[in-house]
Amino acid sequence: MRCGDFKEDYIKDEEIFQSYFVKFWLTLFFIFLIIFPFIANYYMLYVANMIGFAIIGAIGLNLLTGFTGQISLGHAAFIGVGAYTSAIMITRLGFSFWLSLPFAGLVAALAGMIIGIPSLRVKGLYLCIATLAAQFIFEFIFVHWESMTKGITGIHIPPPRISSLEFTTEKEFYWITLFFVVLGVGYARNLVRSKMGRAFVAIRDRDLAAEIIGINLFRYKLSAFAIGSFYAGIAGALWVSFLKVVTPDHFPLFLSIQYLAMIIVGGMGSILGSIFGAIFMTLIPELLSYLSEIVKIYAPGNEEIFVPMKGVIFGLLIVLFLLFEPLGLAEIWNRIKSFFRLWPFSY
Amino acid sequence: MGNKEEYQLRVEDIHLAFGGLQALDGVSTGIKKGEIFSIIGPNGAGKTCLLNCINHFYHPEKGKIIFEGQDITYLKPHRIASLGIARTFQNVELFAHMTVLDNIKLGGHINMKSGFISGGIYYGKTRNEEMAFRKHVEEDIIDLLEIEQIRKSIVHSLPYGLQKRVELARALAIKPKILLLDEPATGMNLEETEDIARFILDINEEWEVTIILIEHDMGVVMDISDRVCVLDFGIKIAEGAPEEIRHNEHVIKAYLGEEDLTYSRLGA
Ligand SMILES: Nc1ncnc2c1ncn2[C@@H]1O[C@H](COP(=O)(O)OP(=O)(O)O)[C@@H](O)[C@H]1O
Ligand SMILES: [Mg+2]
Repeated sequence: MRCGDFKEDYIKDEEIFQSYFVKFWLTLFFIFLIIFPFIANYYMLYVANMIGFAIIGAIGLNLLTGFTGQISLGHAAFIGVGAYTSAIMITRLGFSFWLSLPFAGLVAALAGMIIGIPSLRVKGLYLCIATLAAQFIFEFIFVHWESMTKGITGIHIPPPRISSLEFTTEKEFYWITLFFVVLGVGYARNLVRSKMGRAFVAIRDRDLAAEIIGINLFRYKLSAFAIGSFYAGIAGALWVSFLKVVTPDHFPLFLSIQYLAMIIVGGMGSILGSIFGAIFMTLIPELLSYLSEIVKIYAPGNEEIFVPMKGVIFGLLIVLFLLFEPLGLAEIWNRIKSFFRLWPFSY
Repeated sequence: MGNKEEYQLRVEDIHLAFGGLQALDGVSTGIKKGEIFSIIGPNGAGKTCLLNCINHFYHPEKGKIIFEGQDITYLKPHRIASLGIARTFQNVELFAHMTVLDNIKLGGHINMKSGFISGGIYYGKTRNEEMAFRKHVEEDIIDLLEIEQIRKSIVHSLPYGLQKRVELARALAIKPKILLLDEPATGMNLEETEDIARFILDINEEWEVTIILIEHDMGVVMDISDRVCVLDFGIKIAEGAPEEIRHNEHVIKAYLGEEDLTYSRLGA
């Protein structure tokens, strides 16, 4: 069905997965995701979980920055707000992990909306600075509001459970992560092809033209901040429940930059790009520590060079992608796909 | 001027200045429901400024704009659009990196109901709405404006004439009550200009949309307008049926050196 199918039929044109080819590979991929925990070791499962949290967080930032064009340097702060909300509700108020999740998202969304208010007046660099301020303010609150956050000692979080079933290990938690990744990806994919998603992109591309067709700039910019931060909050809550501890230094400015790097490398304005970016940018540090392990064995004493490499490589990737592939890995993927379009399944 | 009540849109004593320049100097007029109302005048006369005041992209220092009995002078542009006042621009304001279809779909924004919950779930309400809207876009708008061939093209890759047509299509997707068209035929050859004139007439008759038209092509203006308003240096110097305007001595004077009215396709 791939072979140059020109669609007169616009009903079919509106579908997400437009051919059996895509459906086929997607089904295979799902089967892989289901059997993965049974064939992977704990380290691989740990990385898989981390990728899952990163995917959820990156989709949030991509909705805000990639789709709506509102640059944010405060994404880590919203991840932190979600993480602390969940941790505090579980440990202080006796909420279950499950019940704390929506609140983590909502409180982060509220924080995001407040930080988003300046976005009606300022753009680009100025908004960057405003969100950067948010990053530092929240970091400060995490450290110094000790009665709530327990400061730098952090909060220990019991594992999620369903009656007697505990989700403690990487393998058990994998199912929680997978569930929320699927939910988050599905929601975002639908949202971006509905009225709201189109409004987001319209605002990013040309806000004057957006206004002329009746798009309320303020409302949609705030919605983008709310939804983007909701994702961040959920990612944060999942992440710290997985780690079983939350401290302020989980949410440094560097994490915000790492998320920006994910969506730039993966592809701005693309849900698939968020996924690629999250996978890629989570694997790189793992790869670096793996390399340093090897160096430690064969050339002891030299492994230290890999420690500062992470920042350098992230920076380099951002610059290179912005220069040479501004649409990111998602675009490279598209090219590969069209290359294989007529091969080998050319009916 | 007749009874105020008969006007769908009223512009009352609009003053707009940029520094020392009086772009609009006490302009008043009224547009009747269902008519094609043209605004003409030499370059820099203030025609675009008047549309920008109606949309509230510019804020007049003085004056009022009344739409269907409601004072819209201080409403935000998006609110004015959602009342059913659509617009195209002299220099095309499209989403240049999107496809023609996506641009037109965006025009339907105010008529779509789905929110962040139903939109994210998609299946059911949103899907039905999207399908119905897509059908409307394909069968009514794209067909009417004869742009089937380009609906998957990226806008910035299209020639200017087609871009203007796409912008008109997007304005139609609003399901407007009034359509403000700023020089829709500029940069077009004779054939394209005739197409545009035909589209405007079709839209006016079939969709019962009131049209406010700024146009330099006097042939088009005289052919399709019910009434014509003439601006010069921010002042309204004449208003009336095309026949009256053609012979109005103030108008002929204002146009001296610009373009000879008598040489355009008068009465063609
Ligand atoms: N944003 C602006 N800033 C300064 N001057 C403007 C602006 N917009 C329009 N003008 C001036 O107002 C006058 C009327 O402009 P305009 O309405 O665009 O004329 P036209 O009748 O050709 O559409 C012109 O002298 C123009 O230079
Ligand atoms: Mg003009």
